[in-house]
Amino acid sequence: MTTTIESTESETLRIGDAAVFEQRQQQFGMAGDWFAALQIENWKRYLELPRPTRVSEKWRFANIRFLDELENFCVAPLRAVDEPSLLERSERLSKVSGRLTFVDDNLAAPRTMSPELESKGVIFATLVDALARYPDLVKKHFMKHSPDLGSDKYEALHVALLRNGVFVYVPKGVVVEDPFIVNYWNQADDVAIFPHTTVVCEDDAKVTVLEFQESLNPDAAGLVIANAHMIAGDRAQPTHDIVQNWNRKTLSFQLNTNTVGAETNARGLIINLGSRQARQEVHGRILGSNSNVEMYSLNVPRGEQEFDQRTLQTHVAPKSRSDLLYKNALSDDTRTIFSGLIIVEPDAQQTDAYQKNNNLMLSESAEANSLPGLEIGANDVKCSHGATSGRIDESELFYFLARGIPKHKAQELMVFGFF
Amino acid sequence: MSKTETPDLNIERDVGNFHYDTTYEFDAGVGLSEATIDYIADVKGEDEWVREFRKKALKVFNDKPLPTHWASRDLENIDYTKIRYYLSKGQRPSRSWDEVPDEIKETFERLGIPEKERAYLAGVEAQFDSEASYSNMKEELSKQGVIFVGSTEGLKEHPEIFRKWFGKVIPIGDNKFSALNSAVFSGGSFIYVPPGVKVKQPLQAYFRINAENFGQFERTLIIADEGAEITYMEGCTAPKFETSTLHSAVVELVALKGAKIQYITVQNWSENVFNLVTKRGLAMEGAEVKWIDCNIGSRLTMKYPGVIMRGEGARGEVLSIALAHDNQHQDTGAKMIHAASNTTSNIISKSISIGQGRATYRGVVAMPKHLKNCKNNTECDALLINTNSRTDTYPAITVRGNRNTVQHEASVSKVSAEQIFYMMQRGLSEGEAMSLSVNGFVNDLIREFPMEYSVELKRLIDLEMEGSVG
Repeated sequence: MTTTIESTESETLRIGDAAVFEQRQQQFGMAGDWFAALQIENWKRYLELPRPTRVSEKWRFANIRFLDELENFCVAPLRAVDEPSLLERSERLSKVSGRLTFVDDNLAAPRTMSPELESKGVIFATLVDALARYPDLVKKHFMKHSPDLGSDKYEALHVALLRNGVFVYVPKGVVVEDPFIVNYWNQADDVAIFPHTTVVCEDDAKVTVLEFQESLNPDAAGLVIANAHMIAGDRAQPTHDIVQNWNRKTLSFQLNTNTVGAETNARGLIINLGSRQARQEVHGRILGSNSNVEMYSLNVPRGEQEFDQRTLQTHVAPKSRSDLLYKNALSDDTRTIFSGLIIVEPDAQQTDAYQKNNNLMLSESAEANSLPGLEIGANDVKCSHGATSGRIDESELFYFLARGIPKHKAQELMVFGFF
Repeated sequence: MSKTETPDLNIERDVGNFHYDTTYEFDAGVGLSEATIDYIADVKGEDEWVREFRKKALKVFNDKPLPTHWASRDLENIDYTKIRYYLSKGQRPSRSWDEVPDEIKETFERLGIPEKERAYLAGVEAQFDSEASYSNMKEELSKQGVIFVGSTEGLKEHPEIFRKWFGKVIPIGDNKFSALNSAVFSGGSFIYVPPGVKVKQPLQAYFRINAENFGQFERTLIIADEGAEITYMEGCTAPKFETSTLHSAVVELVALKGAKIQYITVQNWSENVFNLVTKRGLAMEGAEVKWIDCNIGSRLTMKYPGVIMRGEGARGEVLSIALAHDNQHQDTGAKMIHAASNTTSNIISKSISIGQGRATYRGVVAMPKHLKNCKNNTECDALLINTNSRTDTYPAITVRGNRNTVQHEASVSKVSAEQIFYMMQRGLSEGEAMSLSVNGFVNDLIREFPMEYSVELKRLIDLEMEGSVG
């Protein structure tokens, strides 16, 4: 809450400039020596890790040329947000527990938060605030998990250059009924931002976080390397939904983990609409028994968008369930890649894991790639995966047409029905 | 439920575990260099272009890295400098079993080959280490123009037929092991079936490794001309040595317009054999290529039979059964490349992992742009017998456009304790019950096999697994 926004005149550097990290540290160094050390370590890691190549298995089928562009983006400068419609456009839903709105990594409006929840010990704060006020809590949970699905170089870049984000903490037994809303906007041309959301939901707690990712300027080229980590205790019920709708000139990464204990009910949903090219990694890790983890994604690529999605469901403990469903409706010249893996570790007997990728092909030149994988090391399990790629059923279409519904409307309804 | 000892399997694993001390007349020595290739080419009296082909392939082999970024690191344990690349008693196979040298004849008799030939085969080739020692085909087939010879003879005597397709379906540089095979290939079958000729009984090849530290690199090319039909079966065994043995074959199938090729493999190598095989078929208009692939033996098998459907209406099929026991990794799968409209493909893969065995399915299905009405169906089922058994599935499916259909399904299951209990209540022993369950799991697939084979296979997978439920 203490961040004030002022324009700074210092030169904005690009990610590829050698001095960028030091300048960033001087300008935005956040509270805590351990945090500075972590950023230094990750900057080193970023520089050392090799860039994925055409034969990297974790980037199979992906168009990796965009990785060449990343270092040309500038880091977002500190500056005032000049967009009158911003607050109105960020004001979604009326019954909410709190709101945080960022534009280009700058807090763009005062935080709102239910005082009642505050008194129960719920934290809904910017990362800068949380680091200053709850350093131990942040240290305990910050970046303790990694998707480990191919973007470790860019995860390191995220940690090294991030300068704000959201920290949500719900103490034991506290139920947060209404959702917290997080708005991440990008605005300036050629700028990279690093949205970060950590959600900690302790034993018996419940919380829903809705995250909206959008662009104020439809024509500004942007780079977004976002992370979201959900940590759930026993019997917790966290939900984290993300709507990714960056403009069509933005390159985006969404690197997520969901780590849950026993008897939890956790859900993560990502809706992908925007970006020029979007890479998404989600790792669901189940450490306790009798948990239920749902990982869903709806994707509606249009034009020449490419959505590249990698998922991992790791069952460490026995008797838990995970359900993954990724649905893509592909139009125009779009490409999607779904690469999923279920790992059932040797002790995770009686696991029930499901993974499904459905592709609805709506144009002649769309391309869907599916790599649904299983690695099963326990025998008493129920594991299956499915992948289908199909088109709109001609007889169903005929049925609509016969009843006087025009073709485009019929298609719209059928895509809706597909989801 | 928690017993983890590996069940005792009676799958005739030991039927091939014997060997005879044999003196070889031709031995290329240990290790691989241009000299090895010159030796092989000289011994075989090959044309200059074959020698050049081999040398080019050796260079590709040396330059290509191991595919360990996705494949098992066990590949690094192959020591190419300790392998013997060519061993034979002579280059010309006998046409009658009487002329086959005694210890070789005895080997094949123990394996029951002459008996099977009399019973239901149209022709047999028996390869002992690097060369075929016996090759015979029913006379009526040769009268119809069917050619069934070894690779050396095929390239020398019938270049007008075989050279056109040799190395075309699987180019030298397809992968590291196809390059190795192209460099040092010896043996295998070259088959040509003239237009319209339907060979009713199967042709069989039997591959036997007898020597220690040996690499067998047979090369097979089957061409079915327009409207022709042929079924080819291959079997493989080797004695169990302490050191590892390498088997790296290349099999190319060409089914011209309307032709049908069915290729059946029962691989029962001993557990010291690295089995790294490249198999691919080309199906022209209306043609059908069907791979039936059973992998029971070997230490590490990597084999993904493929079909390129190049003509409209072509069909590709892979039916695969893999059984992975302790110390075994069966890394098998299928590749279906749809390169024309109205093509269909089907993959059914069943694997059984026993003890610490690991079965892997790896698949590729590709349907490029501007094709229509292509269909693929893939089913992968895995059965895990013990708590510490392991199975993996890694399919890759690429579909372009909205006029094609693909479906892929995979499931993993175990033999249910209730099923076993039910059968034991009705008087079956635990082993019989287990065996019945496992047979039930593969049964619908085995039914698709030719009759003689399904009988043999059922016997092979007849499991004797007392006390192994769990």
